[in-house]
Amino acid sequence: MHINMKTLFTYSMVIVLALALFSCQKNTSRNYQYMPNMYEPISYEAYQESDAFANGVEAQLPAEGTIPRGDFMPYDYKDTNEGYEMAKANLTSSLDSTQIDYDRGKVLYEVYCGICHGNKGAGQGTLVKREKILGVPSYADAGRAITTGSIYHVIYYGKNTMGSYANQLNEEERWQVVAYVEKLKAELEK
Amino acid sequence: MNHVIYRNLTSNILSFGFILLFTFSLSLNAQEGDPANGKSLFNANCAACHKLNKPMTGPALANVEQRLYDEEGLDREWINKWIRNSSSLIKSGDPYAVKVYNEWDKVAMNAFPQLSDQDISDILAYTAAPPPAPVDTAAGQQVVVQEPGISNEIILGALAVLFALLAMALIIVKRTLNRFAEAKGIPVVEESEKRIPLWKAFAQNQFLVLVTSVFFLLASAYFVYGYLMQVGIDQGYEPVQPIHYSHRIHAGENAIDCKYCHSSARVSKHSGIPSLNICMNCHKAIGEVAEVTQQEGINEYGVDYNAEIQKLYKAVGWDESTQSYTGNTSPVKWVRIHNLPDLVYFNHAQHVSVAGVECQTCHGPVEEMEIMYQHAPLTMGWCINCHRETNVNVQDNGYYTKIHEELSKKYGVDQLTAAQMGGLECGKCHY
Repeated sequence: MHINMKTLFTYSMVIVLALALFSCQKNTSRNYQYMPNMYEPISYEAYQESDAFANGVEAQLPAEGTIPRGDFMPYDYKDTNEGYEMAKANLTSSLDSTQIDYDRGKVLYEVYCGICHGNKGAGQGTLVKREKILGVPSYADAGRAITTGSIYHVIYYGKNTMGSYANQLNEEERWQVVAYVEKLKAELEK
Repeated sequence: MNHVIYRNLTSNILSFGFILLFTFSLSLNAQEGDPANGKSLFNANCAACHKLNKPMTGPALANVEQRLYDEEGLDREWINKWIRNSSSLIKSGDPYAVKVYNEWDKVAMNAFPQLSDQDISDILAYTAAPPPAPVDTAAGQQVVVQEPGISNEIILGALAVLFALLAMALIIVKRTLNRFAEAKGIPVVEESEKRIPLWKAFAQNQFLVLVTSVFFLLASAYFVYGYLMQVGIDQGYEPVQPIHYSHRIHAGENAIDCKYCHSSARVSKHSGIPSLNICMNCHKAIGEVAEVTQQEGINEYGVDYNAEIQKLYKAVGWDESTQSYTGNTSPVKWVRIHNLPDLVYFNHAQHVSVAGVECQTCHGPVEEMEIMYQHAPLTMGWCINCHRETNVNVQDNGYYTKIHEELSKKYGVDQLTAAQMGGLECGKCHY
């Protein structure tokens, strides 16, 4: 039991040093890299900060008035009460019956809509059941009497508390979802 | 919205309903509302646009009946008309109806002809005196959540104390025994001072020195190799983000699909960081988290979730009091976690939409992460392993039937792995 104080000190120093070395790895910063010349891009990366543009970010909105390539149809109905009524009365699907794919519509619906509207469209999604978002109506709600046009219009612009889904679903996908919503509505009204 | 069509269609049903109601309400005479039923009706019908104490799409509704009566002199009759069909009330030129309509950006309220007089008085009873939230269940849940943590800590603490006591007891016992020995005159055997010290004996034995140094060299080579091999790998990288976003709450508890927010993973090379309008899809309505969640955040993670939502509002320029965007936005500088070196090509859409790989396969149990971190090493070996082990789903893919059949024959297997489909070719990912 005669441990020299000096030896004790040396041992403890060794242990402390070893611990310090092992705990060096910090998870809040990136690790070292070997010669990262081929790791780091020369071109801009998505969302990168960049002083090439006035607002300091690489991700820019398309210039005003530009349209995407491919089958693009501008959506002319305005985001107003009148626009809603007009879409509700006049707008019809751009898909014909052979293009409607309920399986895809179902997948998209359950990702983007089902969380609030419920996978059956009765307004009982997970967020509603957990009382996070309230007052989501059933598609069969008589006071709203939704139509093909009004469903598309609301997906496009959002309405009241619901936001726009135009950036998560492209035009064709929106129409697939509209078709699926109408199917759910018909099933609810049975 | 004008629900003209609906009004015409159902006016018959409505009038029938009114007759029914009339007979019913005669017997009821004074309508005492039931706040409990009112709450469920409110949540089902009104809460899409109204909160009790905060403006939303429509005005706050706490005590609305009393306020309307005191300030505008409007009675139940007016409220009934407004709720059942506000647009016809506005059209009839009712001054207060027109005023409210204009004040709230001419957003017309949906018509609720299906609500009976009793329903409306239930709802109004709820807005007048909301029943207290069921605190018991909430508290109960919290206890359940916290219990294992506390009890574990207690057990560990108790063990530590026990060991300390034991050590102390041993020291005391030894000292007492020594004292006894001294008192009885028995010499306590001390270690021989003349013996050669251990380290000297060791140094004199050349074989031992050789073996030890070989062992030492090998061991250090092992650790050095290990250290060098992890350079450039960011597994476990967990940066502090400008807004504390809990995947645990969003993807775990609320079970929101990954692709709801990361929608570009379906269709693009990148799985983008969601833009803030996607946050606002829900957080327009959710300005504050539930009390239980808030407490859990403060106690367990040291995070004030409500303050984090305010950061979102500030970044996106959302004014809660007017429920509108101010236009003053400031981009959130999210810190990117998963970043492959630029010498490799990876496409999310190919993996998510075509192969149908679950997000968790590469990103780990995101739905349990309070703070997002990199789960996989993202090394080439890791990619290759998965390509070797994963079978490609060739069912119902008529376009490739022939090539699939030929490859199956070539490799003599029923199920083709990604590697057998060419998933090991250099040019697939490096170009």
